[in-house]
Amino acid sequence: MRNWLTTIVPVAVGIAVLAAWEWAVAHYQVPRFVLPAPSAIAQSFVDDHAQLATATWTTFRIVIEAFALALVTGVALAVLFAQSRIVELALYPYAVILQVTPIIALAPLIIIWVGYEHIDSALLILAWIVAFFPILSNTTLGLRSADRNLIDLFRLYGASRWQILWKLQLPGALPYLLGAMKISGGLALIGAVVAEFAAGTGTATGLGWTITEAGNRLHIETMFAALAILSVMGVAIFFLLSALEWALLHRWHESAVSRQE
Amino acid sequence: MTSLVSLHGVSKTFDSGTQAIAVLDLEVREGEFLSLVGPSGCGKSTALRIIADLIAPTTGGVTWPGNKPEIGFVFQEPTLMPWRTVLGNAQLPLELKGVARAAAQARSRSALARAGLGDFEKAYPRELSGGMKMRVSIARAIAAKPKLLLMDEPFAALDELTRQSLNDDLLKLAREDGITVIFVTHSVYESAYLSDRVVVMTPRPGRVTADIAIAQPAERSAAYRLTPQFTDAAGKISAALGHAMAA
Repeated sequence: MRNWLTTIVPVAVGIAVLAAWEWAVAHYQVPRFVLPAPSAIAQSFVDDHAQLATATWTTFRIVIEAFALALVTGVALAVLFAQSRIVELALYPYAVILQVTPIIALAPLIIIWVGYEHIDSALLILAWIVAFFPILSNTTLGLRSADRNLIDLFRLYGASRWQILWKLQLPGALPYLLGAMKISGGLALIGAVVAEFAAGTGTATGLGWTITEAGNRLHIETMFAALAILSVMGVAIFFLLSALEWALLHRWHESAVSRQE
Repeated sequence: MTSLVSLHGVSKTFDSGTQAIAVLDLEVREGEFLSLVGPSGCGKSTALRIIADLIAPTTGGVTWPGNKPEIGFVFQEPTLMPWRTVLGNAQLPLELKGVARAAAQARSRSALARAGLGDFEKAYPRELSGGMKMRVSIARAIAAKPKLLLMDEPFAALDELTRQSLNDDLLKLAREDGITVIFVTHSVYESAYLSDRVVVMTPRPGRVTADIAIAQPAERSAAYRLTPQFTDAAGKISAALGHAMAA
């Protein structure tokens, strides 16, 4: 009963809002370049499907690449930090500086350095910078949170640093890492779009560019279509990562208890 | 009885400046069940960690007349890995020591069965009660066939009935395997029930104030807790502890 309601209620609200929107646009004769009706937006999906598909694929590829890169580099650096306090002391402040500097302010510089001819690489770097820090920070915390007594137990039985890392610290850091991945997945998408805005029109060809371009030409329905795709992409990333989290943690982690019992 | 391990002139001052152990001389004999009793913070746990070579003493040393034996450690908390099943946890020491997987599983299964957990090997720690988690912790220790078992207030957090049943099972397992046990507790009754010998320590910085031998019957049960023999032993330990606290 409750499961049924949790699906049907939001869907009903969505349909009601779309219907009211459609009606209001027609009734008040709102111009297309101010607020297009849902039907016009749907039409734009059909008319611009080739351009939207290309843009979606471009943005999606950058997001996935940036996220994967953030995951690999974030975990690798966190492992390094957990192994050596000196490395952490030396590098952590710079990771923080990279994180707190607004990406939109950093974007023009990175784009000039990488060059407009490699704009996808510049976007990848910018999205990576945004997505990287939560992974680094949370995984470092997770690796450091290993039970002191378990570490002693490992040492008692002659475990190597590698065994402590692989069998104790990494599994223990998994809930922290998965939490960070949900944040970073969304941030990679934000980073990719923001970077495209900074790059301006004509060079990048993702959804951010589609929105800028359509806005310049007052194709508001195309802007809405691109926005809808971005939302769906964001939700899909979050949903997939939540599913991954559940798959990896539900059998043993406390976070799953209330859902099961 | 032959000596298994001795501590001489062991003291420990931590980097923070806290002196945990003033001076500790202790000889542990093979096959005995020795309890270290004292108030909180008297360095009992520190002494166990020094024996296990997990921390180094500030002065003094630990000597092993024979070869250094296989050591097991049971902490106050069950100290299990939540992402591993009961069997996976019990198997850890053998895995770290490089025992082949099949042999490690067989030995861990048998240890779990002996600790009363035969049906729970596929369960995860969060599905178990506190007493059962502690049984996993004990099974993990005995699966590695230790000659010396160090126990740091293992039953302090358990209710009285669970504690008594674990006391009996621990005695049985230790006797069957011929394990020497050094058991840290601040329960007078627990030490009187379990031990062949009780060493009483003063508040921090700890030193030994009394060394009480207890002639135990081979078989102990709930009824034994009501005998004059038991209450007499508990009385002696209690008096020594009172004396230690006043000193």
